[in-house]
Amino acid sequence: MNQHLPSRLLEAAVNEFSRLPGVGRKTALRLVLHLLRQPNSDVERFGNALINLRQKINYCDECKNITDSAVCDICADKKRDRSVIMIVEDIRDVIAIEGTHQYRGLYHVLGGILSPIDGIGPSQLNVDSLINRANGEDVEELVMALSTTMEGETTSYYLYKKLQPTGKKVTAIARGISIGGELEYTDEVTLGRSILNRTLYSENKTV
Amino acid sequence: MFLKKIELLNFKNYEEASLTFDPHVNCFTGSNGGGKTNLLEAIHYMAMTKGYFSTTDAQNLRHDASMFHIQAEFVTERGLDTVSCTLRSGQKKQFLVNKTEYDRLGEHIGRFPVVVICPNDHIIITGGSDVRRRFIDGIISQVDKSYLFTLMSYNQALLQRNALLKKVAVSGFMDAGTIDLWNERLVELAGPVYEKRTAFINEFQPLFNASFNFICGGTESTDLQYQSSLSDEDFKAALEKNLKKDIELRYTTLGIHKDDLQIFINGYPVKRYASQGQQKSVTIALKLAQFEYLSKIGYSKPMVLLDDVFDKLDDNRVSRLMELVSQDRFGQLFVTDTSETKLSSVFQKVQVKHKIFHVSDGKVLQTEQQLHEL
Ligand SMILES: [Zn+2]
Repeated sequence: MNQHLPSRLLEAAVNEFSRLPGVGRKTALRLVLHLLRQPNSDVERFGNALINLRQKINYCDECKNITDSAVCDICADKKRDRSVIMIVEDIRDVIAIEGTHQYRGLYHVLGGILSPIDGIGPSQLNVDSLINRANGEDVEELVMALSTTMEGETTSYYLYKKLQPTGKKVTAIARGISIGGELEYTDEVTLGRSILNRTLYSENKTV
Repeated sequence: MFLKKIELLNFKNYEEASLTFDPHVNCFTGSNGGGKTNLLEAIHYMAMTKGYFSTTDAQNLRHDASMFHIQAEFVTERGLDTVSCTLRSGQKKQFLVNKTEYDRLGEHIGRFPVVVICPNDHIIITGGSDVRRRFIDGIISQVDKSYLFTLMSYNQALLQRNALLKKVAVSGFMDAGTIDLWNERLVELAGPVYEKRTAFINEFQPLFNASFNFICGGTESTDLQYQSSLSDEDFKAALEKNLKKDIELRYTTLGIHKDDLQIFINGYPVKRYASQGQQKSVTIALKLAQFEYLSKIGYSKPMVLLDDVFDKLDDNRVSRLMELVSQDRFGQLFVTDTSETKLSSVFQKVQVKHKIFHVSDGKVLQTEQQLHEL
């Protein structure tokens, strides 16, 4: 389906949808036609939700997680253990780990992993804020919980070297089970166990 | 281990087919273009999760079909294993063993080992170094899973480093720390690959030598030389030394992705000096040595897929090859040839029971005298 559509408006909308991950032009056209059949107000609400999301989204001052306030609920929670910070890729990992009910510390959301192919280098990630937090008095332990893909491992190693001068303990959640697996796909019980069984981060990673 | 049954749906020129195999020798015969090689391709899928004769999965969809499905039953010491592969166009292929999906497709490699011998194999000698690396990697992967995963990680890290080189070349700005990071990663991943390739060639060399002399009935001396930039210098230092050049070319010029294998007969490199006949013997010998190696190191005797080789080999080499078959050293054999008479006479000569399938226009017929009992 590479031919141009008979309407420029239709063409523009289909183009935008097909830029989404996993959406081809065929699916994009189906979605756009679906929206065309909906009442005007529904589509307006849909469009506004996206525009508001992009313009008003806020990242927590401390952990960089997505939130509507200056500081997220987890960081604001006085009952959380402030001596431990778990380093994760994005909000999906926070949701997965919270789902286990096995972790009471804080998070630091990196905002991605190193991948020059995708144009992501250290400056695109929340690294400096992590080092600042790690230097904080309360902090005793930093837990690596990035995916075990080659890029995830490389990012962990990079952060480990950055964190070494802080003198703080660096650990990693134990995940022998699914190599190459990403956090959000691991089941809650396994994930919970791997948080409890975390070990000192070792330079001799498995590949 | 042997392949008992295979079923195809919309695969290549097959709309639907179901074949039940002999545990030893199976022959596919019929005119060219009828679909003989496509059956070998389907069997290869079941063993290696991908085709041997095709480069993409989509190439194997039947004309106008939007999905293909292959299903096979393997008889093993533990019982029956059902393997299936489904491709829906535009989607990731689904590969199941006993209805379970693997975490990583590569985990399947080596469970049902396979060796392919086909007329195009001469490119191992005449082609670029990538063909020889693929040959080596295809063997080691079948006996060592961590090798395959390390190699895949290395290739991924290589893509990342090349992307970074390009970025540096375009922007003119270099973050030395980040280059070092990917250098370290490559070094760490290249090490085990280099060591395993070295060890493999050492073990493979005598098997190749014996196979070569068996095929041509001679007493020549052969040699296999593994060539890698890692054997000349420290890889980390080499990456640092070549950085400027790499940035200019936007490409990593050194590493195990450049390794090569040189083959010698009596001290002369085969690629330049061997006759066509010798090259044919070398090619077959490499594949026989692959079979020997997999039998020795792997869990079970590999299946052997012989595509149209009788036509391309002289009678001498054919009968040598068949001697091996008759010695019961081979695992399950699948053979294609246009001539049924030729196939029958080859197997009659060595007194081997075989099953014949007539293939034409995507249809398979097992004739009355399907089991040629002797
Ligand atoms: Zn927060």
